[in-house]
Amino acid sequence: MKAYETVIGLEVHVELATKSKIFCGCTTQFGGEPNTHCCPVCTGMPGTLPVLNKQVVEFAMAAGLALGCTITQNCKFDRKNYFYPDLPKAYQISQLYLPICRDGGIEIETESGKKIVRIHEIHMEEDAGKLVHDPWEDCTLVDYNRCGVPLIEIVSEPDMRSAEEVVAYLEKLRLILQYLGVSDCKMQEGSLRADINLSVREVGATEFGTRTEMKNMNSFKAIARAIEGERKRQIELLEYGKQVIQETRRWDDNKDTSFAMRSKEDAQDYRYFPEPDLPPIEISDAWIEKVKASQPELRDEKMLRYQKEFDLPAYDASILTASRHLADLFEATVALCSKPKEVSNWLMVETMRLLKEMEMEADEIRFKPTQLAELIELVDSNKINRTVAKEVFEKVFKENVNPAQYVEEKGLGMVSDDGLLRSTIERIISENSQSVIDYKNGKTKAMGFLVGQTMKEMKGKADPGRVNEIVKELLDLA
Amino acid sequence: MSEITAMTALEVSKKVKDKELKVAEVLKAQLDKIKERDPEYHCYITVSEEEAYKQADEVQARIDSGDLQGAHLAGVPMAVKDNICTEGIKTTCASKILSNFVPTYDATVIEKLKKSGAIILGKTNMDEFAMGSTTETSYYGEAKNPWNKKHVTGGSSGGSAAAVAAEEAFYALGSDTGGSIRQPASYCGVTGIKPTYGTVSRYGLIAYASSLDQIGTIGRNISDCAASLEVISGHDRKDATSIDQKSYEYTHALIDNVKGLKIGVPSDYFDDGLDEEVKDSLFKAMEVFRRKGAIVEEFELHSVKYAIPSYYVIACAEASSNLSRFDGVKYGYRTPNYEGLQEVYKNTRSEGFGDEVKRRMMIGAFVLSSGYYDAFYNKALKVRAIINQSFQKAFDRYDIILGPTAPTTAPVLGSSLADPLKMYLSDIYTVSVNLAGLPSVSLPCGRDSKGLPIGMQLTGKHFGEKDIIRAAYSYEQEACYLRPNLDERKVH
Repeated sequence: MKAYETVIGLEVHVELATKSKIFCGCTTQFGGEPNTHCCPVCTGMPGTLPVLNKQVVEFAMAAGLALGCTITQNCKFDRKNYFYPDLPKAYQISQLYLPICRDGGIEIETESGKKIVRIHEIHMEEDAGKLVHDPWEDCTLVDYNRCGVPLIEIVSEPDMRSAEEVVAYLEKLRLILQYLGVSDCKMQEGSLRADINLSVREVGATEFGTRTEMKNMNSFKAIARAIEGERKRQIELLEYGKQVIQETRRWDDNKDTSFAMRSKEDAQDYRYFPEPDLPPIEISDAWIEKVKASQPELRDEKMLRYQKEFDLPAYDASILTASRHLADLFEATVALCSKPKEVSNWLMVETMRLLKEMEMEADEIRFKPTQLAELIELVDSNKINRTVAKEVFEKVFKENVNPAQYVEEKGLGMVSDDGLLRSTIERIISENSQSVIDYKNGKTKAMGFLVGQTMKEMKGKADPGRVNEIVKELLDLA
Repeated sequence: MSEITAMTALEVSKKVKDKELKVAEVLKAQLDKIKERDPEYHCYITVSEEEAYKQADEVQARIDSGDLQGAHLAGVPMAVKDNICTEGIKTTCASKILSNFVPTYDATVIEKLKKSGAIILGKTNMDEFAMGSTTETSYYGEAKNPWNKKHVTGGSSGGSAAAVAAEEAFYALGSDTGGSIRQPASYCGVTGIKPTYGTVSRYGLIAYASSLDQIGTIGRNISDCAASLEVISGHDRKDATSIDQKSYEYTHALIDNVKGLKIGVPSDYFDDGLDEEVKDSLFKAMEVFRRKGAIVEEFELHSVKYAIPSYYVIACAEASSNLSRFDGVKYGYRTPNYEGLQEVYKNTRSEGFGDEVKRRMMIGAFVLSSGYYDAFYNKALKVRAIINQSFQKAFDRYDIILGPTAPTTAPVLGSSLADPLKMYLSDIYTVSVNLAGLPSVSLPCGRDSKGLPIGMQLTGKHFGEKDIIRAAYSYEQEACYLRPNLDERKVH
């Protein structure tokens, strides 16, 4: 078999986190009863006209600037015409001739090293609605809630060579967009969707092979599997002397295989032309500067700052900044309790463990910085010990309880009554005379046993340091 | 009661505000006239009598409370072209495909009219989706010219123009994409104004060709046109192409003075294609202006012959896209004969649209298709830019451009349907104005030997509405031509 190289380019659709839609005032909120988030404009009623949401332009510019693109200062919208029931105007307002951003790139890092993936362009467009097939009534219903939700489409150059690079690119892209606050990038809700253009060629060849496109992939795992599957399929075809057909294919993750949707021959002619209902967008230097100035700190800068400002290890900094939400939570909590390493530990260890256990993403964390700060304060002031603290934290994480109130209600506060401790330990020592003999014979482990018994008796609420002290004192007296 | 309906809109409003007439009384006279004459001329598709009486009561109450003192046209019944959305009133675009469409919202112009105390009589007949120059492509049947029933009204706002001429409305809204207000105004002997693109909100106007469409008004004289245009103009944040201009007080331009006004007359407009009688009337009109102290000069505008092809490429391209939403899925007519989605689309559109609309959508789809885009659409855009430049150049020297509105008077019914190219040529003097987005008015300037009215077109600079209104007003004061009197005409 010959040696082959895989060539991959991506088209990534990102739903922008604006409050209202791109061409009307309707909410962009996900969910909602079908057809409750729409108006005559987004449902394309006869006579209605689009009016551009300025925030969409600013978000697209923010993304472009963060991805090293040039902003097209005189950009405009075009119409892409095609019939589909979820596209109420029968055309999509998009950008073909003059997209808002061009010629950028991002650096990715994989095991084979660092490389730049170039961005060809970013354009703005509106999302379509959704078809709901009802098998009981044997009919198809249309939900227009998503119509007019703003999207940017980020088109890369065919610079990626493996599934690993694609995943690294997507992860980096997602992180940058989340940091910018331009999108929540939730793949399961469709706010980040990728189309994969893939071809293979013999190593050393300069021409690209015939590519296929796989549409609307919505998980990193599926993407990696689809790339592997399609790569193999194309190589196999070539090895048998057959040709790859340029077509759109759909990946079925359950069957672990892709199938053809439509070929180039029946590809649509979208009859693009400049959108006459929207005047061209003039983007001034001042506007670009304004967006630049309001750009938040991105991950790489943040990582360095955490190490410098909070004296955190590089490892901590990288984990904390792997999600904008986690980083925000960290900074807000540190601002409340000024114990960076302590906060970092709670987030890195317990939070990460619980996220994994509950199969959640960091942005689904419900507790507030005040709750974590309060918990740290409870430990710090010896109100609870670490064992209890972990138990309380789990309640905070899962049930969003208030730590101080929870400790109070459940009576988990540390017993600081020395008299009670002393009498309990005296009782335990008298009940375990063998341990006293062992201790006297130099078996120091025996003391540990007595401490453990005491903690158990106190239901974990005693200060372990103080228990140790009293046990030792009483043993030495015995 | 015929003396009420023979008044101008401004006269009626004054009498209503002076308590000499009740709004309901005016409305009744108008509705009676419609009942008497509309079976003959077919100006209306829908008459919303009940709704109109309700509005009349409300407006009367507002007038009584002194709320509408400053409103020029409060209490005046008027008609709306059936491609402008009216909440709760059927809006059909004279097409089968929208024959059952009742909008859930008002167009911005309708909101403004209601606010200033207008009474909406109903929706006027038109060419299907405003495509045509004769109002013969209406799904509901053609409208007939009140001057002679054997002739067309012009199009596509033929119903609106005929309603005003036949005293079935005091004034009316039309829409003008390539001459659709001015040309029927010319054929029906009334005055019609198409303002600068962006002056009147298009929100709620069912689009034919978005970059050319503009709503305007048709009245018995320029004063009614100016007053009604004043009501509907203004920036609208619901229309991104609407422009924020400071002054919309067009009635202030109703001044009888054209001294020193520079009027350019394109010599290219007066070639072989122009009817001799039309030519003669225009020469007489030019004399009127000269006599009143205006400077009238001939010049060459060039680019005229490219206007029609460029217009049809751009208009059809936009129309093919704008009309694709009528697919039987969301509203309007849906074919009862289908299996599967593709058939819903195909059969609905095959059965729902008329021939002229289909023809233009096919032309449009063709000129936008990837193989022909540069050869047609892109080239048309370039021609449009050239036309724009030649107007700019002309307006460096002149305040107004004067010419015929149409090459002939109203043709006989049926004569253009057989030859669409001939019909397209009736817009030769009007379309370039839309391509350039300029304001333009058509007003009567005589009658031909058959007694049919002849129209003169005055075109202004961008936002030069006041110039053309002043010129039209001055001409009206001098012209021997009188506005039509239907009862007298019957004697002919």
